[in-house]
Amino acid sequence: MTFRKYLVLAAMVVFGSLGDLLLKRGMSALGPISIHDWTHAITALFNPWVACGVILLIGFFAAYSSALSWADLTYVMPATSLGYVFIALLSVFVLHENVSVTRWIGIILISSGVAVIGQSHNTTEKIAHGPEAIL
Amino acid sequence: MTLVYTWSTIVIMVLSTTVGDTLLARAMKQVGDLSELRRTRGILAVVKAAMLNLDMLAALFFFAVGFFTLLVSLSWADLSLVVPATASLTFVTNAIAAKLFLRENVDGRRWAANILVCIGVALLAS
Repeated sequence: MTFRKYLVLAAMVVFGSLGDLLLKRGMSALGPISIHDWTHAITALFNPWVACGVILLIGFFAAYSSALSWADLTYVMPATSLGYVFIALLSVFVLHENVSVTRWIGIILISSGVAVIGQSHNTTEKIAHGPEAIL
Repeated sequence: MTLVYTWSTIVIMVLSTTVGDTLLARAMKQVGDLSELRRTRGILAVVKAAMLNLDMLAALFFFAVGFFTLLVSLSWADLSLVVPATASLTFVTNAIAAKLFLRENVDGRRWAANILVCIGVALLAS
């Protein structure tokens, strides 16, 4: 794994979590969408918060596609979950919100999962061929 | 009733994201390393290779279904429930799909990592 590839994973985490936050901000402002009037989900795209969220999610999609071109899906997926840790830490240190013990345990479990996957090879070929493939 | 609607949208999102992720991973394996392709043939070659791939187009369709379902779901429920609940279930379904359809070597370490993250995300949502 090169520094550039770690940057791609970091871009995925930041763009994905901030994009979701902006979508929520926009959809909260617009109010509930009725099942019978689902076309409001399309007009919601013109809300500035939702539009900014979509732009960030396009950035996430580009980084995600790039990561999947050199790593397995089961390697990339846990890495994306660092976004939840990122959001939780932002809410503690920037928004000064209280995070419960249960959520701290969740953060520790996610970080442990990412640490476990981080020590493995990023593609199936390298696992299948064993240490010789790395030499 | 809102709870039933919310969980129905979560199930739709889990299914559409899993199918989309699997198709996207297959498309990217067919295209090859994007950064290498960009270095040798330029950014237009990357866009062309990605956009002419049928798996990629099918993946975009399923992501669009998931995206609009997310918008509807977010108008009813909290971000802290919808996104982590969808993500934690998707970790399990994606690992199964990767093993069955992408023939990835999902060894003990990868299962352990996926299950740790799945439980962690579920706890964050609680």
